[in-house]
Amino acid sequence: MVELDVRRHVLVPKHEILPAEQAKEVLEKYRVTPHQLPLIKASDPVAKAIGAKPGQILRITRDSPTAGRATAYRYVVEG
Amino acid sequence: MVGVSPETIKGEIDGLRGTLPESVLKELEGSLLRVSKEKAITRKQLDDVFGIVKQAYINAVVEPGEAVGTIAAQSVGEPGTQMTLRTFHYAGVAELNVTLGLPRLIEIIDARRTPSTSLMTIYLAGKLAKDKNRARVFAQEIEATTVEDIASQTEMDLINMEFVVTLDRSRMQQKELAPARVASVVREVLKVEASVDGNKLRVKPGTQTLSELRRVAMRVKGVSLRGIKGINRVVVKMEGDEYVVYTEGSNFAETLALPGVDQTRTVTNNINEIEEVLGIEAARNAIINEAVKTLEEQGLDVDVRHIMLISDMMTHDGKVKQAGRHGVSGEKASVLARASFEVTTKHLLDACIRGEVDKLDGIIENVIAGQPIPLGTGSVELVMRRGEKGGRG
Repeated sequence: MVELDVRRHVLVPKHEILPAEQAKEVLEKYRVTPHQLPLIKASDPVAKAIGAKPGQILRITRDSPTAGRATAYRYVVEG
Repeated sequence: MVGVSPETIKGEIDGLRGTLPESVLKELEGSLLRVSKEKAITRKQLDDVFGIVKQAYINAVVEPGEAVGTIAAQSVGEPGTQMTLRTFHYAGVAELNVTLGLPRLIEIIDARRTPSTSLMTIYLAGKLAKDKNRARVFAQEIEATTVEDIASQTEMDLINMEFVVTLDRSRMQQKELAPARVASVVREVLKVEASVDGNKLRVKPGTQTLSELRRVAMRVKGVSLRGIKGINRVVVKMEGDEYVVYTEGSNFAETLALPGVDQTRTVTNNINEIEEVLGIEAARNAIINEAVKTLEEQGLDVDVRHIMLISDMMTHDGKVKQAGRHGVSGEKASVLARASFEVTTKHLLDACIRGEVDKLDGIIENVIAGQPIPLGTGSVELVMRRGEKGGRG
């Protein structure tokens, strides 16, 4: 059995944990509360791989068919 | 006339990162560099170009308040009426069949746990991908084979209290399985005595009772001899310059862990498995890919942004939800909205019993109530500030 790093798969975009400062900026920029962001479960394979904890915000940098590259944010929730 | 240098162009483009999307910047940079080789571009011309591109982009962006959801639904629904329910053609591989067309699209949007035809596309790692024989061996190894698959006949021998399996030699040879091996696996898995006698496998349970014999008989047939559970048929095909393995049936998690498998490219059409193994973002991409594939295969051209919107909505809360009443549509806060979608009386009745309040915040409820909807024009409310004479106040 070989170890699997899910982040290397073509379907998985880059996920990064935002430090508290930047997380706050994002919330202010879009004028939302954390729960109004798209969510990601703490048990999500990529969330686990990068060690994300509930309450943190992730920045996801995707390859977009329409824009080339697009950033999205997800709020980590329990489960 | 001296024009701007390529470095200047690149520098200016870099400055625009964040204002314009990557795809636009890439194309613009490419065009500018190409033209600047043949003809000098002045500073003013460069600035003019940037100005025009920025303005064109702003004009092209969707206006806030545009009813994109409705547009997306219509854009996917209309071609849906043109989809036929015809048979499969899996690109040259005559044996594999896959659900196509409208039924498949419905499966995707309904977020069905398992597709009616699961299919894995396994890419092999490194040299394994170029070696036909090793690829074939790999394929054979993962195809699930049980005792039942290599048995031509089974019978219960009550005199000797044994379960006798007559082995099919040709099938065993095809799968390269030796009778001794079959016996040892049965012995190990079921913890019983198993011996080979010519063409027959005799299985003798520890306790010599009829009920035990019956129990063992049932289980012997299902003993897995080789392969990964769930993988029913395996086919190796040449794609470009490498050999790719296609399987009917999918066990994504276990397959990815096998040595020899390219863990970066191997995929499955089972969205649920992708969500479990690779996460919600991967599931989002998988939904888009599958939907696009399904529509393209039918010869329909739907702009990807509509499918992206649907996929985004389905994966918004961290897990894949169906677009219908057990998912996105069913979780709307408004009673009237849910009632107008499906199962009308149930929603109305439950709401009355619970004393629910509908805040009339959304689109559907306001259409029902005959009020302006909070979308487009209605997303703005005008207030008049009285008592100030002209200008700012």
